[in-house]
Parts: sequence; C-alpha cells; structure tokens
Amino acid sequence: MGNTLFDKIWDRHVVKTIAGGPSVLYIDKHFIHEVTSPQAFKGLEQRGLKVFRPKQVVATADHNVPTLNQHLPIKEALSRIQVEQLKKNCAEFGIELYGLGHPYQGIVHVIGPELGITQPGMTIVCGDSHTSTHGAFGTIAFGIGTSEVEMVLATQCLMQTRPKLMRINVEGNLNKGVVSKDIILYIIAQISASGATGYAVEYAGSAIRNLSMEARMTICNMSIEMGARCGMIAPDETTVAYIKGREFAPQGNAWEKAVSNWSTLYSDADAVFDKELHIKAEDIEPMITYGTNPGMGIGITGHVPALSEIDEREKPSFEKSLLYMGLNPGEHIKGRKVDYVFIGSCTNSRIEDLRMVASFVKGKKKAGNVEVWVVPGSRQVEKQAIEEGIHKVFEDAGFILRQPGCSACLGMNEDKIPAGKYCISTSNRNFEGRQGPGARTLLVSPLTAAAAAVTGEITDVRELI
Amino acid sequence: MGKSINIIESTAVPVTIENIDTDQIIPARFLKATTRDGFGKNLFRDWRYENGDEQKPKPDFPLNNTAYSGKILIAGKNFGCGSSREHAAWAIKDYGFDVVVSSFFADIFKNNALNNFLLPVLVPESFLQELFELVHQDPAAEIEVNLENQYIKIVATGAKESFEINSYKKTCLLNGYDDIDYLLNMKAEIEAFEKQ
Repeated sequence: MGNTLFDKIWDRHVVKTIAGGPSVLYIDKHFIHEVTSPQAFKGLEQRGLKVFRPKQVVATADHNVPTLNQHLPIKEALSRIQVEQLKKNCAEFGIELYGLGHPYQGIVHVIGPELGITQPGMTIVCGDSHTSTHGAFGTIAFGIGTSEVEMVLATQCLMQTRPKLMRINVEGNLNKGVVSKDIILYIIAQISASGATGYAVEYAGSAIRNLSMEARMTICNMSIEMGARCGMIAPDETTVAYIKGREFAPQGNAWEKAVSNWSTLYSDADAVFDKELHIKAEDIEPMITYGTNPGMGIGITGHVPALSEIDEREKPSFEKSLLYMGLNPGEHIKGRKVDYVFIGSCTNSRIEDLRMVASFVKGKKKAGNVEVWVVPGSRQVEKQAIEEGIHKVFEDAGFILRQPGCSACLGMNEDKIPAGKYCISTSNRNFEGRQGPGARTLLVSPLTAAAAAVTGEITDVRELI
Repeated sequence: MGKSINIIESTAVPVTIENIDTDQIIPARFLKATTRDGFGKNLFRDWRYENGDEQKPKPDFPLNNTAYSGKILIAGKNFGCGSSREHAAWAIKDYGFDVVVSSFFADIFKNNALNNFLLPVLVPESFLQELFELVHQDPAAEIEVNLENQYIKIVATGAKESFEINSYKKTCLLNGYDDIDYLLNMKAEIEAFEKQ
C-alpha cells in the first residue's frame, strides 16, 4: 500500500512515538504574532528557558494593529502594550520580527508564502487556526494554542496524535463567476462545520490542479472551518514557479535539490484514505453563508433552509442563528441590502484577490448605501497594488484602501462592523460577534463581494460579467 | 492553575447550544491581555450580558441561572470550534470548571483544554441528551467524572458511560505533568534528530 502526501511528510518529522500516546513531531517553521505569544514567552521566562531555535521562528504583528495611520503610535493602550511586548520578546529571544513599519509586515499567513519561507514538505505551526493556509504548498501546517507555542519555542517540537486522512477530489471546470472561495464554501456547506474534525484533508482533482497558489491558499485556509486539523495540496509546477526567486527561497544548488525533493511529495496511486469525497466543479455556483457558522452556506440563487429541512434536534441552534442574522427560514437572500463590504483577511487579501476585485469594479462606483473597506494582506501586497494602479481603481470606485492587518475579520482592532449591520465579507468566519458585537457577516468570494459593493445588495455576480 | 485531576463529583451547568465557537467562549476584544489570568469574568461574555453590560445579565443564559452551578460544563456538539485561542480554555478553567462534557470537540480546543488540566469528556449524543434532561429537571443532580477509571456517571441512577483518553495524557493529568517538561527532557534526542 502506498503512502499519502501526509504520511510522507509526517514520517519524516516524527522524533519519537510514545506507546499509547502521541508522537513527538519536529516543527520546521514557527510563525508567531502579538496575540497568542505573550503568555508563551512569559512561560519561558518563568522556567528560565531560551528559545531553542530562534532562526526557525518568524514574527509579525497583524491581529491587533490599526489599518489606518500605522506610522502613529497605537492609540488603544492594550493593543499597544501587546504589540510592544512582541517587539520586546523578539529582541530578547533573538527572533526576526516583521513588525509595524517593516516592509515585510502583514498577516502571518500572507507573508510566510510571499517571502518564500513556506516551502513544500515542511511542518509549520502558528498560534492561529488559519495556519492551515500553508498546506497549499504541500506542508503539514496547523494552528496551535499558546501552551503549544511555548513548547515549540522551547524545544521546536510538539506532541501530536496522528489524524485520520481524508481526500476531497474536485474534478472538472468551474463555472463563470465561480472562484476558489466558492469551492471551499461549497465543500463546508456539504460536510458541515465539523465534517472534517479529526482529519487531515488533502485536496486533489483537476479543478484544484488548475488553481493558482493564491487560490489554493484560500481553500486550505478554510480547512479549519470544517474542523480539519490541516488542509494540503501536493506541490506541482505551479508551486515551484510561485516559490522561485522569492526572498527566502533556496538558491543555486540548494534550489535544484529542493525541487527534486518536492517532486516526491504526492499521494501514491495506491495510497488509501480513511474517507474520500468526490465533487463536480460544475455543480458549484457562487456561494454565500446565511448563518453563524461557515457550514451554513448556500448557492447565491438558493434559499435559507426552511424549518422542515432542519433536523429536529438542531432546530434551536438554527433558529438562534437566524434570529441573530435577522433572516427568515426559507427566504431567498439575493437582493437583500447590505451595509458594509470587507475585502481582506488571510483568506482573501492577496494580490490576486485585489486584482480580481479591481478588474470587476474598474469604471464602476460603489453603491451609496455601502461602505467598502479593502485591507491588503501585507505591505508587499499593498505596494504591488499601488504599482499596478489598483489603488486608483478603488479610489475612483469610492472604496477605502486601508493598511495591512487582520482588521475586520475578527474585529480586534477598531475595524468593527456596527451591531445589526450586514457585512458582505471575504473573510473566513461568520460567528456571532466575530466582526464586532452584533455584526452580521455573510461570507463570499472577492468577486461576489465586489458585485455587492457596486449594487449595495446581495448579488449574483454572473449577471454582471 | 489547579494541577492534576482525577475524580470530580459535582453539579453541572448545561449549555445546550451546538457548534459553540471559541469566539463565543471568549470574544476577540478580550484577547488583549499578556497574562493567563482573569478570563473567567468574560466567559461567554456576549451571551451572558445585554450589550456587554455586566449590570444587565441575560436571565435565559444558564450561567446567569442561579439554580445551575458546579465544576462540570455540559455543552452541545462540536464544542470549541473556530479560533485556536487558548484563552477559551483559560476562561472556562478560570470560571471554575474542571470538566467539559460534549458529544463532539474541535481538535485544537481539546488539546488546549488538556494542556490546562481542563478535562474534555466525549460522550455519545444520546448520553449527552440524557445529561441535559437530567440537569434541566434537577439542577442539584450530582455527576461523577472519574478519570482514573475513565467513566462519567449520573450519581442518582448509576447510569454510566466510559470515555476515551490516551494513556500518556491520562498520566499527565493524574500527576500534574506538562508536555513541555517531557519535551525538555528529550533535548538530546531532538538534537540528534536534527542532525539526521
């Protein structure tokens, strides 16, 4: 029986397996940020420990940073303390920090790949559940808690139980107006917000192969939204072409060696998965969520499930969710007015996402009833957007281009959606209060978000392209 | 942090909602602390209080119902999904719970809970519903969670379910051992592995 992509990477990183227990897994790269690391550093100090392999740790400030006037001191005291604490910890423990003002600063899951730090075959962790993003490069990458951040800082290892394996095959061609975000929202709607819990998921099939690296990252990013331990895609020519020449990519002989090593990273033809799903790309239409978990998604022309379609036991949670969203069972949501459009987050804030939005809105204006925020994923994305003139397109359309950070994806900084308002968002979570207390989030692709920005309502983008 | 756990006999607090994500357990705006302490007062913050106002507790939410108390939190399936924030486990522990019972746990939350000596007890959906019914009818009902023998029992009726936990983690919890101590003792092996 052959090995899966997951097996090949996992087996190369197991230092030891404890009988009746977890494995000690070696971690190649560890990303840290200001929100989930301070208590870990405090733990090291209390134990009198150093960071074991500081060169394998990369830090940035993203969750809690303002997205306007980043050159000024952070106004909010607690946020400022957290960002300053990160700076202090990185200096003390010898960790490279791409903090505010640094040309490499940005959302941790955007900068890792764009700097070429993320490479096939690696194990990668970060105190953030969307670490699954890096799996798009054929890595085992997953989110961890702060106690685990401390373990990795102290030993470069983690205790991990081997997950079960699932492969999701998406075959065929995508319909017009359907992009990778729609694929993952469709998958999660099919298998629910807990449908992949306990599994590492490999995405395969022609529809996945045909995607760019940015689009693959969007898919792997949301693996956690169906509970998966991680999401991954086998590296191929697209992966190699993306990494080549990036700041921290291998050079010269090391490059040749790396590429030849990466070419062994795929699931063997006779590899067996614990579970396998088959999806036809042509069945997918532009998707939108209507509820308060990412599994509550429908096609844009579909309707919110009627009560008769919901399992008896799940009715209280379903009704609670619709009450929060101000939506009715059975209603069509196309045409409903929205108040905010947020284009950003580690799911959809890369240059390709901004280009997609810009090419749609070029020459158009935003609707009068909406406020549109575009938050680039990194300083590099911001710079490139300006070089390509994308910022002008946004300015002409009445969009506000802000500075890099997690922003309104989680409403930790001041970028919050007011209570009761509807926000069409390219982010990853529609949980209650996620974008601010009382905020109502509708998750969509950048293209569907751009359409809503122009019409001011939930729109089927296919009618406009 | 109260280290080592074994037998917990207590009343329980039932939160029947399913898919409780860590944003509900502890909203992002409360993650700005740089220490592990004091998160309990913001546990389920937006479900507990009207407009976040501590003077206006929502009477329907179980944490505000004085009939319910105890060291055991019983919650609907897929508990702890979403963000990896360990603050969720800190908040539950800090509030005074030692055990969370559900029919399904999100992976990252489960690890975070175990690393904080908060025991996640996974039971079949039917038993979970039995527990909800029990506590709704009699909030004073005692429940025993026995880690050593891996069972959860309704004391009055003796109805019992076993639960799984790997033997390594069980030893850690019973004795108050941390993963980090184990890993630190492996430094030589880790260095040897790096040289391979």
